[in-house]
Amino acid sequence: MIHVIAFYLFAVMTVASGAITILSRNPVHSVLWLILAFFNAAGLMVLVGAEFIAMLLVIVYVGAVAVLFLFVVMMLDIDFAELRAGFVRYFPLGALVALVLLAEIVLGVGAYRAGSLELGTPDGTAAVAEGLSNTTAIGALLYSRYLFLFEAAGIILLVAMIGAIVLTHRQRGEALVQNISKQNARRPDEATVNVKPEVGKGVTL
Amino acid sequence: MTAFFQSLGMTYDWAWFVATICGILLIALPLMLAVAMIIYVDRKIWAAMALRRGPNVVGPFGLLQSFADGLKVFLQETIVPSAANKGIFLIAPVVTFTIALMAWAVIPFNSGAMLADINVGLLYILAISSLGVYGTIMAGWASNSKYPFFSAMRASAQMISYEVSIGFIIICVVLWSGTFNMNDIVKAQQGHVFGIFNGFVFNPLLFPMWVMFLISSLAETQRAPFDLTEAESELVAGYQTEYSSMAFAAYWLGEYANVLLMCALNTTLFFGGWLPPLDWAPLYLVPGFIWFLLKVFFFFFVFSWVKATVPRYRYDQLMRLGWKVFLPVSLLFVVLVSGYLMLTRYS
Repeated sequence: MIHVIAFYLFAVMTVASGAITILSRNPVHSVLWLILAFFNAAGLMVLVGAEFIAMLLVIVYVGAVAVLFLFVVMMLDIDFAELRAGFVRYFPLGALVALVLLAEIVLGVGAYRAGSLELGTPDGTAAVAEGLSNTTAIGALLYSRYLFLFEAAGIILLVAMIGAIVLTHRQRGEALVQNISKQNARRPDEATVNVKPEVGKGVTL
Repeated sequence: MTAFFQSLGMTYDWAWFVATICGILLIALPLMLAVAMIIYVDRKIWAAMALRRGPNVVGPFGLLQSFADGLKVFLQETIVPSAANKGIFLIAPVVTFTIALMAWAVIPFNSGAMLADINVGLLYILAISSLGVYGTIMAGWASNSKYPFFSAMRASAQMISYEVSIGFIIICVVLWSGTFNMNDIVKAQQGHVFGIFNGFVFNPLLFPMWVMFLISSLAETQRAPFDLTEAESELVAGYQTEYSSMAFAAYWLGEYANVLLMCALNTTLFFGGWLPPLDWAPLYLVPGFIWFLLKVFFFFFVFSWVKATVPRYRYDQLMRLGWKVFLPVSLLFVVLVSGYLMLTRYS
């Protein structure tokens, strides 16, 4: 009973907030609805017994990626008229992309149902190894059978990160640079002098 | 608790429902009372360190000060700025307050005494605490005002920076205890060093991790010396500048509930949670939740001690500490801890 209520609650919320994400006019509202969709998707993951994936979904997408989205979108100067102007022109392309995504999902589910991939049980239930916690099961698989793929993914991400830093980093000659160790090594007697001037004479430094 | 309600003749669904509601109330109500009292304690500690008296008028020793403040805030008029984005402006404090309470579901108060004994408890805490920034960002953006907006920018950058190192620190603890379950993490700390001391903090490889975790938790809760989001000398009151009445109170309570949560995390991850400090039989006569509360209040004292004594960081210093000091050092310790465990435990 609770399963059914929870499933329909999460599913309806996910679909509804996904729809409002693309329908709402204000980009900040869009991102906030997107966050709600991520969150409810995590709820669905918990229901199928993939609690590790659910938590990672929240940590990575809601906690980091969406914050950066929001960070950028908040600083936009929003002009609603301009946002609506290109709708008709971009509609065919958008529809095409949507069709491709739909075809991929159908294909993916079909392949999964056919059971030729060793991903889970073909009847659609999640394959949780008996007596193993989620984390242990994923770890045992990731660090044995898929070790090289896993490390390759890590290296690709590292290279991408370094590449982004190298591309955007520029030396600005005129900028002042702080020397932190010099700042920390400063002591009061190097930086200040104690003088006792005569009354009315003032100080020369 | 579900079993108890089932024995009263309820079906499983209803028993679960009632048990969960009872559990939530059992945690949330004492927590709210604790937050009210802890605000009073906080002010008393600052006062003592500044050689002042602190609140001493309302009730004996000023004990009822927080309730008087609550009543004052409750009776204020709610003001929504005309240029604000009303929906988000009003949702933001609710989000902050709710998220501050949500994370308490997996904190073990005693052996097995937690609302949700889940396998991924620590990841859940990390996920919920990464949500905490949304209340601040939404408030800053929806207020449609410069100072709250600056504050929201600072808050999001600060939280993301320190969450990275908190993640690595947590990985070290998880590697050593071998589980994400909060209750099992506490159990793994029993007799951890020489079979005498209960707590990862007594482990030389994990002690530096705890120091960094304490500082990161100060930054994560935006307490002094990292309270740049509400630096009153620069930003008026930061993201809550435009708020009044209960919306303001929700931020206030949420902030202190988060501080208590970080104290509880320090206790659970490094100081042996509900275990007594020494693995010595007579100490186990004291109930576990008393040890837990003692440790939490000790950490709260440390938090207000820091607030009373340490001057505020500059923003560039804050970023440098997060990215150039904590991130490499915690990464190094992940390698050291996993290497040590590989040599000793798994070889």
